[in-house]
Amino acid sequence: MHELGVVFRVSDSVVKVAEQNNVQRVHSVTLEIGQVSTVIPEYLEDIWKWNCKRVPMLNDCELIIEQIHAITRCEDCGKTYDTVPQGITCPYCGSEHTFLVTGNEFNIKEIAVE
Amino acid sequence: MDSYRIIQLKQSVFADNDADADLLRREMKEKGAFLINLMSSPGSGKTTTLTKLIAALKDELSIGVMEADIDSDVDADTISATGVKVIQLHTGGMCHLDADMTRQGIRQLGIEGLDLVILENVGNLVCPAEFDTGAALNMMILSVPEGHDKPLKYPLVFQVCNAMIINKTDVLPYFDFDMEKVSKFARMRNPNIEIFPISAKTGDGIDALAAWLKQQVKKWKEQE
Repeated sequence: MHELGVVFRVSDSVVKVAEQNNVQRVHSVTLEIGQVSTVIPEYLEDIWKWNCKRVPMLNDCELIIEQIHAITRCEDCGKTYDTVPQGITCPYCGSEHTFLVTGNEFNIKEIAVE
Repeated sequence: MDSYRIIQLKQSVFADNDADADLLRREMKEKGAFLINLMSSPGSGKTTTLTKLIAALKDELSIGVMEADIDSDVDADTISATGVKVIQLHTGGMCHLDADMTRQGIRQLGIEGLDLVILENVGNLVCPAEFDTGAALNMMILSVPEGHDKPLKYPLVFQVCNAMIINKTDVLPYFDFDMEKVSKFARMRNPNIEIFPISAKTGDGIDALAAWLKQQVKKWKEQE
């Protein structure tokens, strides 16, 4: 359900940029999605297809998703590690004072236009 | 290969909403109405807590409430019995409110003369936390039966909230809910979070929460 609102936002932003650039049709949209952002790519793709049918400028517009790897840094020992297998506990020193460096992104990277 | 032109955007999808939320915060400041965004999972006792809070605050503050749900108006009905101004917002299937939807709600509610507007967000610990509504204060309720591990499982909502209300403390004897652990887990994600244990049913702890809220509204009104 979350993905529905996100798709509306992406769609509105892309249409706005396309209009500013006098573009008639958008061929593809590239998103950068963090590995631990709360958005599920498969749901996004389904809703995107549905959305593109109702927005003429986006008819048959391809959605390209680039995943950004999730990395956490430990505030106590200063080391970084992969977030997904380890979670919030630092595998090096056992500290829980850690913060996400990358992995929560949800960006529109670029659009390809005709 | 087709020759397509690439337009670089590098725009956060949430950036538009964040800018809109900041604008709404300024608009609310000009009008002098303090907006609280109240979040929690379904069934944590948002509406019951609100009715108790309203009773404790309404002599001093003029209050309006916006109830957001996917459907129905059961919550708005309950709140209207307290005598404050209330509207029901339907999100039409969406799992959260964003700043623009909040602004539309505020317009419908009409905030002339109100000191405090409370937005009861859709019952959900995930999505509402991702979208800044433009509120001056974010608050969440975690109820005892949900378990003390929730700050570990849904970190973002604890990170964005100024206060965590722990509701249903009257049933603590029946659950393995650890008050110390829940505080520790929440503060790991947000060292500044205020914690208020309450029982909306018995009224326990409501006074402390109401006093803190009054103080927040006062501080905010005095700010430039």
